[in-house]
Amino acid sequence: MLNKNSTWQVCMVISLLLLALIYALPNLYPADPALSISATRGAKISEQTQAQLSQTLQQANIPVKALQLQDGQLLLRFADTEAQLQAQTLFNKTLDHNYVTALSLAPATPAWLARIGATPMKLGLDLRGGVHFLLAVDMQAAQQKHMNDLQQRLRVEMRQADIRYRSVQADPTDAQLQIALRSAADLASLESLLSKRDRQWLLSRADDGVTLLLQLSELQLKALREEALEQNITILRNRVNEIGVAEPIVQRQGADRIIVQLPGVQDTAQAKEILGATASLEFRLVNTQADLAAALAGRVPADAELFQTRDGQPILLEKRIMLTGDRITDASSGYDEYGMPQVSIMLDAQGGELLSAGTKNATGRRMASVFVEYKASAERAEDGSAVLIKQQEVINDATIRMRLGHSFQITGLSSSAEAQQLASLLRAGALIAPIQILEERSIGPSLGQENIKLGMQAISFGMLAVLLFMLVYYKGFGLVANVALLANVVLLVGLLSMIPGATLSLPGMAGIVLTVGMAVDANVLIFERIREELSAGRSVQQAIHEGYDRAFATIADSNITTLLVALILFGIGTGPVKGFAITLALGILTSIFTAVLCTRLIVNMIWGGRRVQSLSI
Amino acid sequence: MQVFNFTQPANFMRYKWLAVSVSVLLVLSSLMLLATRGLNWGLDFTGGTVIEVAFQQAANLVQVREVLAGAGYADAVVQLFGSSQDVLIRIPLQQGLAQTQLGSTVLSALTQQIDPLISMQRIEFVGPSVGAGLKQDGGLALLVALLGILLYVTLRFEWRLSLGAVLALGHDVILTLGLFSLLQLEFDLTVLAAVLALIGYSINDTIVVFDRIRESFRKLRDSSAEETINHAITTTLNRTVITSLTTLLVLLVLFYMGGALIHGFATALLFGILVGTYSSVYVASAIALVLGLTREDLLVPVIEKEGATNDLPL
Repeated sequence: MLNKNSTWQVCMVISLLLLALIYALPNLYPADPALSISATRGAKISEQTQAQLSQTLQQANIPVKALQLQDGQLLLRFADTEAQLQAQTLFNKTLDHNYVTALSLAPATPAWLARIGATPMKLGLDLRGGVHFLLAVDMQAAQQKHMNDLQQRLRVEMRQADIRYRSVQADPTDAQLQIALRSAADLASLESLLSKRDRQWLLSRADDGVTLLLQLSELQLKALREEALEQNITILRNRVNEIGVAEPIVQRQGADRIIVQLPGVQDTAQAKEILGATASLEFRLVNTQADLAAALAGRVPADAELFQTRDGQPILLEKRIMLTGDRITDASSGYDEYGMPQVSIMLDAQGGELLSAGTKNATGRRMASVFVEYKASAERAEDGSAVLIKQQEVINDATIRMRLGHSFQITGLSSSAEAQQLASLLRAGALIAPIQILEERSIGPSLGQENIKLGMQAISFGMLAVLLFMLVYYKGFGLVANVALLANVVLLVGLLSMIPGATLSLPGMAGIVLTVGMAVDANVLIFERIREELSAGRSVQQAIHEGYDRAFATIADSNITTLLVALILFGIGTGPVKGFAITLALGILTSIFTAVLCTRLIVNMIWGGRRVQSLSI
Repeated sequence: MQVFNFTQPANFMRYKWLAVSVSVLLVLSSLMLLATRGLNWGLDFTGGTVIEVAFQQAANLVQVREVLAGAGYADAVVQLFGSSQDVLIRIPLQQGLAQTQLGSTVLSALTQQIDPLISMQRIEFVGPSVGAGLKQDGGLALLVALLGILLYVTLRFEWRLSLGAVLALGHDVILTLGLFSLLQLEFDLTVLAAVLALIGYSINDTIVVFDRIRESFRKLRDSSAEETINHAITTTLNRTVITSLTTLLVLLVLFYMGGALIHGFATALLFGILVGTYSSVYVASAIALVLGLTREDLLVPVIEKEGATNDLPL
């Protein structure tokens, strides 16, 4: 007999739906408005602080639902956002700056669900409030920095190898070095030296016979850009962690862009300051041989560079950078033996070696710390983006008393606040290349709530309309289609909750609504076909069989093309459009599953495999 | 219950020239509109700053404009957004203006001079280089989607149908853009997503009709191409209308209840699906017919085994 289910089919479909249901369940528990409090400088919050904080809350009459201490972070749950905001203002007043508070939404998933890894869908910023930044990395500056480093290194190596040269000039925009040598013999030995060093360099001789051109290959430039981007992302992550945001996102987009999303953050000014500060530190030896007056008059020696100290005094430093800030692993502020503010700096292994080598023969000489900062100026480049200007000043210079190693101190700072700020900037790392903000969106928490409400309303009413329509139009079969539609939404929500990267945004919700409207299409196709087969005089069982069979080819064809569009949308779109594409694509897949497979099983169960005179269709 | 109950295939293709000329006329006037009035590009594309604030009571827009002019933003556009208490402020990109500080400056001017209870709903700043890239990416997405469909339908069906489908899709997209140009509705990222979703929906509709055309060609051996297409459209008409109806139902809900942010999205799809339904029935098949589609074009070239299933090769 036609239209009978096999047991394993039924079992598979039911268990799949159950699984989706379980993973969709956490979304039914609304998240609590919460406040997470963490201690900075790697410190942890003890049970003692927890007791203290809960007492402070009690005194201020702010009701708190729960206090949880987890991984050195304290999570306070509140019944409403009002209490949450009150508590934040309270703690911002009472806690010192060693603690960071962050607003967040803490999922209220029951323990048994949390244990199997079921979590609610992640909400996009437009649904939960927060700040979104799109940043661009200035690759030109990264390239320039690399060329300067290379230039310095080559000089040292040529000196060591006794290759006599006249000049080394860098052309950063073309990623080219021009090395003018004394003789053709020097040229030959440099060539052999360089070709051993790095095979990817493109070496060529200029027409004059004594100048070597060194060009970075496309591959090297690409690697350089990749590294600059990756390093900036790591550093931004560290900085975001310093602000203390729950579930921040720092993600690359395309070749030179970075997305930073800080849910719950309302104070965009502070966030921008911390993200945008592209401070770095350079250590150089002070040039004492050259004449400062002559340098001021414009005759700066080739190996020196003129700087200014904080109080505006000119100072001549060596051009060679002994060490840069990206070798710093830790920095902390404190006081020296005279009670003056100081910053203690720890270096990584390579940094320690560099500094140790650099200061080996320099005892008694002076070393200067140069603070370099990129800031957006009011000037605009051709494409309208802000021009970044490099600001550098010597924060201090001190006599090197002995050969320096992995750790050393910087003194000569004006205040302890400055020491703290410098330490935190250094600790968060130096951006290898300056960044600028291309796009910024901040959404208030109330708008987020409003959007969720509207989205949920649209989904439920839209669904109700479709359910009613199907019931009236197709009667018994309409009921089956409705069961499938409900299963479809459960499946979709379950899948969206399971996929780690998927976030639900307002366009994503619109995608779900649209899916609800379109998901019945497959059923309409099948049911219309069954009606046709019936009116063509086929028996009930044959009509069901043929209806499903013939409609399937059409359903597959039409959905593959729609899926194609969704995939293209996902590949090319960004942010909210991507979210929309994900829900659309998943919706197509789940709707085929529910509208074809699930309804078939139900139809078979009700009408299949037995003598039926007429169908309720 | 049934929407249409035809006993005979309706003669849709009798009006094919009328349909084609009406469509050509509409497409041409949409293109004219786009060329002369252009689209009202949203913040996502133009760059600039948008600030949405909520007032405790109905907002006085004149006062808001005065405060903004006083703060040095004379070219700010101020309008209500969704309700009388929500105000949207747009400030275009400007030379030498510290764009990234703008949001907080405007907000503090409003709270200080009008009402301290005014709350920030959202601040969006988009730099100039982002918008240009988006337009390019959006256009590219449209083109790639259309090309992908052209290729897929050619492989699965036949080039005349494929061309008909893609022209019908282009027709839907151009008319929808034309509507946005005519009414000067804001064209933002969600509308772009809607237009792309429209392609997905409309092709779905068209393929269902095509599938039936192919099947009918194989079944009705003595009928002319025109008769066959009429038959196919008639038999799928119920499905076409019902699916459009359920989709329109949810879109109406979205339009009325989805909030101001999703309005453009719902508008584009509502209009697009109406147009798309018409074009799936008329434009796509009519073009294929005009291009000279015959029965032989859709017969399977290899000899099928007798008694094999009716399933089409996937």
